[in-house]
Amino acid sequence: MNLTRASVGLVAPRIYHHEAPFLLQCGVSLPSYELVYETYGSLNNESTNAILICHALSGHHHAAGLHNADDRKPGWWDSCIGPGKPIDTNLFFVVSLNNLGGCHGSTGPRSNNPKTGQAYGPEFPTVLVRDWVTTQAHLADHLGIEQFAAIVGGSLGGMQAMQWAIDYPNRIRTAIIIASAAKLSAQNIAFNEIARQAITSDPNFFAGRYAENESNPDQGLMLARMIGHVTYLSDDGMREKFGREIKSGNPQKGDDVEFQVESYLHHQGKSFSQVFDANTYVLMTKALDFYDPASEHDNDLATALNDVRARFLVVSFTSDWRFSVERSQEIVDALVSAGKNVATAIIDSEHGHDSFLLPISRYFDVLHAYLRHLYKELDTNVRPA
Amino acid sequence: MSSLRPDLAHIASLINADARVLDLGCGKGDLLAHLQENKAVNGYGLDVDPENIRICLEKGVNVIEQNLDEGLSNFQDSSFDMVVMTETLQSVRAPDHTLKEMLRIGEECIVTFPNFGHWRCRAQLLSVGRMPISRDLPHAWFDTPNIHLCTCKDFEQLCRALGLRIIHRRVVSPHYNESKWISLLPNLLGTTAFYRLGRAK
Repeated sequence: MNLTRASVGLVAPRIYHHEAPFLLQCGVSLPSYELVYETYGSLNNESTNAILICHALSGHHHAAGLHNADDRKPGWWDSCIGPGKPIDTNLFFVVSLNNLGGCHGSTGPRSNNPKTGQAYGPEFPTVLVRDWVTTQAHLADHLGIEQFAAIVGGSLGGMQAMQWAIDYPNRIRTAIIIASAAKLSAQNIAFNEIARQAITSDPNFFAGRYAENESNPDQGLMLARMIGHVTYLSDDGMREKFGREIKSGNPQKGDDVEFQVESYLHHQGKSFSQVFDANTYVLMTKALDFYDPASEHDNDLATALNDVRARFLVVSFTSDWRFSVERSQEIVDALVSAGKNVATAIIDSEHGHDSFLLPISRYFDVLHAYLRHLYKELDTNVRPA
Repeated sequence: MSSLRPDLAHIASLINADARVLDLGCGKGDLLAHLQENKAVNGYGLDVDPENIRICLEKGVNVIEQNLDEGLSNFQDSSFDMVVMTETLQSVRAPDHTLKEMLRIGEECIVTFPNFGHWRCRAQLLSVGRMPISRDLPHAWFDTPNIHLCTCKDFEQLCRALGLRIIHRRVVSPHYNESKWISLLPNLLGTTAFYRLGRAK
């Protein structure tokens, strides 16, 4: 791999204003909406080198680089996006946004509902993966991108990439679907429901009107995140990372004991509850639960994928039990059965579902190789030999 | 793609444009890349080696990470025109089962393997009394991936037992030549066996 790996440097988010009404799948219309997004690298003259990053449940637009020189942490996928990195900003123009319904600057439950003059809160309409895809297409129009070279997403992000291939077959060249599924399993929905219950049963939730009550369901959000986090790791990974190490207290003396793993989860949960909006969490988990493109086609995924033209890369991780290798295999089988182009890689990793966010060497080699070929292909198409 | 291995070039010549092709143990994807470039055939290749998979991805080959020994049940009946398996039969856990599966999912299949009946193998076993080691079979008996070696005769007997139809046989020298001598005594003089198989009529 290229040795000149660097950061995209300082980046500033921008806002796309969609001034026309937008009719959601649920039948409710938003009078207008905004999406916050960032871009890295530059769009070529032919506008063929754009890559869209679709975020997962708790992700956002800030995928790479720093907002301020003294930021403690870069964007959430900085290890993968940048000059010389697998998603190489020397070659590609990368677009990353916060989805509609989010809480990082795009229109969502925290935004003002023009009809009431109050925040939408729990009244923010149900948003489906297809709505995200449509709004992302609006953003692409705005940026002058007719066709994405690739749309990349992990987990819930992978579902968006798949839906793009279904809804806009001519606007996506390749779909890179990582640690994802064509639909959630009952077990997966169950975990989401436990997380939602943790939030909605918090007395500070006030049926979603916590902001007006000058409160926040911190405890519920923390619990939701803790549950989620455990399912994103693997048993082996947790053993390796925390073991039974004790952070504070002595069990022999009858102290209040805190294991490392507890301390880690508390910390994760607390910091999450300070930044993430509870209504958004409920909304995003429902979008996840409801996603099932095959349901419109007699539960036959191959039929649902019949009109796709994109090539697919489907990546999964051995220890991921939340979005297991088998779920990815279902996507692959349907694509093969529909006669579509698909390649796969099953990455050995002990980090569970979280693997898709980590710089695992083979994983990055796979992305790098695939995108290198894609770039060569674009290059040949733009300047025929 | 001028450097295509002679056996792969021969196989490529037997595959029609627009055919649906599955290559089991596709290695570095040379056959599929060649078919893609020259015949607009977008086949799929199965492999488990990370480096092979990376090379396939770099070539734009549809490589699927899947272990042949874990079965092919995810592929539907007659979903391919041609299922190819080159130099891999001898290393699968259940060659009989794999062959049956190949002709369930494919209308036809092509199988190549090193012929263990070649006179050098026979001579080494007879004279030295040890498992043969050759250019095609370079491993010692204890660490060889080739766990199911067979001769042309063995293979043909298995085809009969499974009710598979031999459409075409070609047994060749290390340089992929099919000389008159080899065609007289293929099981003795040929190093590599090539079979095109179909379902029983």
